[in-house]
Amino acid sequence: MNRYIYMDNSATTQVKQEVLDEMLPYFNINYGNPSSIYTLGSKSKNAIEIARERVAKAIGANTNEIFFTAGGSESDNWALKGIAYANRKKGNHIITSKIEHHAILHTCQYLEKEGFKVTYLDVDKYGTVDLEQLKNSITDDTILISIMFANNEIGTIQPIKEIGRIAKEKGIYFHTDAVQAIGHVKIDVDDLNIDLLSMSAHKFYGPKGVGALYIRKGVKIDSLIAGGAQERNRRAGTENVPGIVGMGKAIELAYENLEESNVKLIKLRDRMISKIFDRIDYVRLNGHPTNRLPGNVNVCFEFIEGESLLLSLDMEGIAASSGSACTSGSLEPSHVLLAIGLPHEIAHGSLRLSLGDFNTEEEVDYVVDKLVEIVSRLRAMSPLYEKIKEVK
Amino acid sequence: MYSEKVMDHFRNPRNVGEIENADGIGEVGNPRCGDIMKMYLKIENGVIVDAKFKTFGCGSAIASSSMATEMIKGKTIEEAMQVTNKAVAEALDGLPPIKMHCSVLAEQAIKAALLDYSKKNNIQIKGLENFNPDEDVHEH
Repeated sequence: MNRYIYMDNSATTQVKQEVLDEMLPYFNINYGNPSSIYTLGSKSKNAIEIARERVAKAIGANTNEIFFTAGGSESDNWALKGIAYANRKKGNHIITSKIEHHAILHTCQYLEKEGFKVTYLDVDKYGTVDLEQLKNSITDDTILISIMFANNEIGTIQPIKEIGRIAKEKGIYFHTDAVQAIGHVKIDVDDLNIDLLSMSAHKFYGPKGVGALYIRKGVKIDSLIAGGAQERNRRAGTENVPGIVGMGKAIELAYENLEESNVKLIKLRDRMISKIFDRIDYVRLNGHPTNRLPGNVNVCFEFIEGESLLLSLDMEGIAASSGSACTSGSLEPSHVLLAIGLPHEIAHGSLRLSLGDFNTEEEVDYVVDKLVEIVSRLRAMSPLYEKIKEVK
Repeated sequence: MYSEKVMDHFRNPRNVGEIENADGIGEVGNPRCGDIMKMYLKIENGVIVDAKFKTFGCGSAIASSSMATEMIKGKTIEEAMQVTNKAVAEALDGLPPIKMHCSVLAEQAIKAALLDYSKKNNIQIKGLENFNPDEDVHEH
């Protein structure tokens, strides 16, 4: 089995060749420190500014509102802690949702220990936040609303525009963790009333270890990392020049090809979902049926467990992921699947296939063929499936 | 993550299935926790002549069940009672720490099946006096 099919593009993506080509000179030819005043340093500085323009353009922001970081988790930490500490006198209440990435949830838990109060909004069965509950949760002490743009597991896209409008009306900062959405969904920070936005380059064919935080001009925020004067005194540390260059190129490519890529991915996604439903019984789709990320397929196969599914797929050269407890390093299945109301035993059987620009229709069909075999093999071993058959 | 042995028993699990008119059947685990093991034993003259299993669970749960059935086949009841979770894990060349409960489940499944056998035949098996097949192995 030499074949390798990568369908875990929400975990990370491969760096596109055009991106890599732009990055390479900044490792060993233009390796100057951007803070140095000589020519070699200026070359690096200029490269960063070009990348900043590309990132700003992609989301309709100004260049002085883009701050490069080491990735999505840092951006999330910075947005939450930075806003919380800088606005403490105004209030101590933060609103987020139950299905956020751990970079948000664990930061919120940290802030709770520091004396902040956090409301975790419920979601409906599709994973959409409850806007009424959001409105009702706002108090005079609310300083920040942080809701992810699109969920990393089930792909559901949130009503960001409505949330932005509510936040603006109440004069509350609105942060969105857009790590899964950037490069895949059209985003305009002014149109959506977003004050802060986290992104990470490796989710859209850029390199790992680099991301950015968009901070709207005028937003009061503390720094997370103290030190030198980089990033206009807001984020210290010598810049990851090759990474930033790669991020700039990757985001430019992503938005140049957005429509074409969306059309292709949605077609592949829907083909995969409908084939799975046609050929396998006791399966359910997680996330919103249409309002979801273009490449996201997330299903639960009842009576089997996700890790054995992933191992079986890996044996066939197929890379995917699961929200099963056994893949999370804990004994609890994914908090997202539990939040949308799945019982534990069903959440254990979840499978996420996240499609990307390099996947083909033929690969989708091949993976579905393999899934049919694997699910039937694992079910034949499952005492739960046997019980269902007895009932029938 | 897993040893070659675990992967071998996951890829080609031994003794999958059910035994018709089994002399002892044991089911342990909880679907909430993501693993259930059901073990079937055929016992003749105090010797386990056949063992089969069905498992809902992760790779190591399936491998542990497979290995456990291999280890008790041909053994006397007394010998099977000596098959501990540690022995199952060692026979698999080790399990990751977070997966040790899978081997505990395998030991529990053997004991649950033997307990069922002892009840059906109205006999006492040494070591099963205080055994509770519904005990949660995840609390370790």
